[in-house]
Amino acid sequence: MPTIDLPRLHTAQAWRDAARTLLARGTPPEDVLWTYASPAQSDLFAAPEAAPRAAGQITVPKGFVALADSVCWHADPERFARLYAFLWRLRDRPSLMQDRGDADLARLRGMEKNVHRCAHKMKAFVRFRDLQTDTNRRRFAAWFEPTHHTVEPTAPFFTRRFADMDWVIATPDVTARFESGTLSFEAGAPRPDLPEDAAEELWGTYFRNIFNPARVKVHAMTSEMPRKYWKNMPETRHIPELLATAERRAREMAEAAPSLPPVRAGRILDRLHAERSFTPVTLDDLRARAEEESRDSRPGYGRIVLGEGPMPASLMIVGEQPGDEEDRAGRPFVGPAGQLFDREAGAAGLDRSTAYVTNAVKRFKYTMRGKRRIHQAPDRGDVEHAKWWIRQEIALVKPQLILAMGATAAETLTGQRAGILSRRGTIEETEFGPVLLTVHPSYLLRLPDRDARARGTEAFRGDLAAAVARLG
Amino acid sequence: MTLQDKLAILSDAARYDASCASSGTSRRDSTKGGLGSTEGSGICHAYAPDGRCISLLKILMTNFCIYDCAYCVNRVSSNTPRARFTPEEVVHLTIEFYRRNYIEGLFLSSGIIRSPDRTMEDMVRIARTLREREGFKGYIHLKTIPDAAPELIEQAGLYADRLSVNVELPTDAAVAAYAPEKSPATIRGAMADVKTRRAATKERSHTGKRPPRFAPAGQSTQMIVGADGSNDATILTTSTKLYGDFGLKRVYYSAFSPIPDASAKLPLIQPPLLREHRLYQADWLMRFYGFEADEITAATPDGNLDLAVDPKLAWALAHRALFPVEVQRAEKPLLLRVPGFGTRTVQRILATRRHRTLRWDDLKRMGANLRNARPFISLADWSPGKLTDTADLRARFAPPPEQLSLF
Repeated sequence: MPTIDLPRLHTAQAWRDAARTLLARGTPPEDVLWTYASPAQSDLFAAPEAAPRAAGQITVPKGFVALADSVCWHADPERFARLYAFLWRLRDRPSLMQDRGDADLARLRGMEKNVHRCAHKMKAFVRFRDLQTDTNRRRFAAWFEPTHHTVEPTAPFFTRRFADMDWVIATPDVTARFESGTLSFEAGAPRPDLPEDAAEELWGTYFRNIFNPARVKVHAMTSEMPRKYWKNMPETRHIPELLATAERRAREMAEAAPSLPPVRAGRILDRLHAERSFTPVTLDDLRARAEEESRDSRPGYGRIVLGEGPMPASLMIVGEQPGDEEDRAGRPFVGPAGQLFDREAGAAGLDRSTAYVTNAVKRFKYTMRGKRRIHQAPDRGDVEHAKWWIRQEIALVKPQLILAMGATAAETLTGQRAGILSRRGTIEETEFGPVLLTVHPSYLLRLPDRDARARGTEAFRGDLAAAVARLG
Repeated sequence: MTLQDKLAILSDAARYDASCASSGTSRRDSTKGGLGSTEGSGICHAYAPDGRCISLLKILMTNFCIYDCAYCVNRVSSNTPRARFTPEEVVHLTIEFYRRNYIEGLFLSSGIIRSPDRTMEDMVRIARTLREREGFKGYIHLKTIPDAAPELIEQAGLYADRLSVNVELPTDAAVAAYAPEKSPATIRGAMADVKTRRAATKERSHTGKRPPRFAPAGQSTQMIVGADGSNDATILTTSTKLYGDFGLKRVYYSAFSPIPDASAKLPLIQPPLLREHRLYQADWLMRFYGFEADEITAATPDGNLDLAVDPKLAWALAHRALFPVEVQRAEKPLLLRVPGFGTRTVQRILATRRHRTLRWDDLKRMGANLRNARPFISLADWSPGKLTDTADLRARFAPPPEQLSLF
């Protein structure tokens, strides 16, 4: 009967080579004896005593190789035989690989899961200690006791993560060593004496304080962090004390009488609320406030430009944001788009001087290109920021109808910026009262095609006329 | 104040944030320089006795705060000890903990001090130092401050894997009552902004180049459960909206927990841990099992989830006409509704039944919870008979009523 002795290192590859040979020879599972790292095997790196590879391709269903590569690291002595027996069955029924109800496969999948879990816990629970060397690369070492033979398959994870330091993970099984960028394995060792590491105390402080004594769930902790790992994890020594005092701490919190707030609290809150609750009585109050705010300039933004017009006014017209010319003039709607608006308003029978004209966003936003300030579209934050201002203006102007021009104005007033072209000409009810939507005049200026521009301008004029008609 | 003292105060202050996820970001490692890696799935490096995982170094930059949120230990009117880390100290702690394999990265939050922009600026500086000076490739989660300038949020997204803003309470009215200085509209604005920026960085430019990724692990938020009077139906409807409107990766539910030096406005209660657990179950049903929020909460008249049985079982008990489900033939959406069948079990059923007839023992090996599934399925060798419709079916699942102690 052939006896296949598999080495402690590169076990998965050795099993695969041996299985391939046995299968090619047609050796049934009951005729093979699998052993693992038997004492006779003196050299750790010796190749398994397998016959030269048989010719011919052996195909296995997708997924089997990955399964075998995991199961080979399990601690169960039966693992190699089970894998081979299942591989033997797969010859005639490749579809067995999908049969999750099959007892043999279910067992192997269970073992695979154990190995994955063990590898995952190794990634989580290895704790390095600083070896305090004055070399260029920092050096760390850890002692770990895995349940399965997971050091070799998991070590590459640590090389990817800690590439810039030297480290050793010693286990009773195999020791992984990473020095100057090279990973090597050697025989397992008894627990080494590692130097004390001051960081462990900081870590313990963190562990103690992140714990909330009001919600003790011991089972949730131990099912994910089983006790067998605790002895090599520095933070776990705090657990007994944390549990013993938790109930008392939670009770004390609940029973403690509410304390008086510190003196500064009242001061801070007063100041905060005073800033927020400022309500202007007149437009001049609002202008004074705007000037004050404009003084602390934000890079990439112009000053605050408020609207203008009679107060109260039956119609309020809201554009997007001031442009370069508006920012310089400190008045809304004086640039090219403003001029187009004036022309079309006149044609629609709307006298601009009877309406309050303003912008949804109050500051010109730009980037510098050479000496020129290039307009930037306002983003959601800018819109939110400007809402306070427009709200104040509406409260003062008390319009019967608001004409919102463009997506930004629509977003500010209706909360919805999409679909202006299909919503134009309609009136939407909002918290600010009725809002008539239309496009922004600068949209018309940007239309490249003469016909499209003529049509768009006509529709725009129609919307303005509708506003006039609505107000009677 | 030593680093040890600051760490004690500022981790104590951070413990009420439930999120500790470190998964779902882009894959990176340090083989080409730097320190650290992220490989898709997150790693929980330890568990505290409260059952919560410790994956990230979760700390506040400072617990000084000018807001007065009744549920919060750091509110301005509380007498809790205060501290403030320098950016350098946070970087040092993160790197040293990471090298010893204690953590996956940093979750940095902060109280609001004098100006939101200054606070956010310091947080961004920490993230930038970690990424640029230390070559840190691990996970960074930044809690953004809703009022901060958009440029700062933009920078934060370029250095961090995840950004989050807490909506704190399920309704705007509750926020107004218990967190009067916060504005739900501003919070939503900040989340919408992050969503827009994420979408923008997914598009290639005309040269085919991708812009640097913005918060690759997405954004999340947290709601406190049990502080205000909102029922579970309200909470789940709010989550549905949050998932839909802002494309959130996760909504965390945090049972309102006693805090030291509590506010008189909000009396302390035993944290409703079971309710929190049921909400998470319901959340899962909505995200992975095709349930709608109103289906889950319709089972009880008061709009709260049944605490005695899990929400899927409660739904099945209320819709017995649909059961038993024939496992061999039923379609996937219906299999997903069977109590005791998880998404993996359903996947396995679908793969196996293509080849052969399923039996009771097969399901056992596939990992189904047959104690729950028993009355709701039929198989070649199992039929529940009258069991599905027995009157006391619920009682078989619910834990026996507990006798109150006399003392």
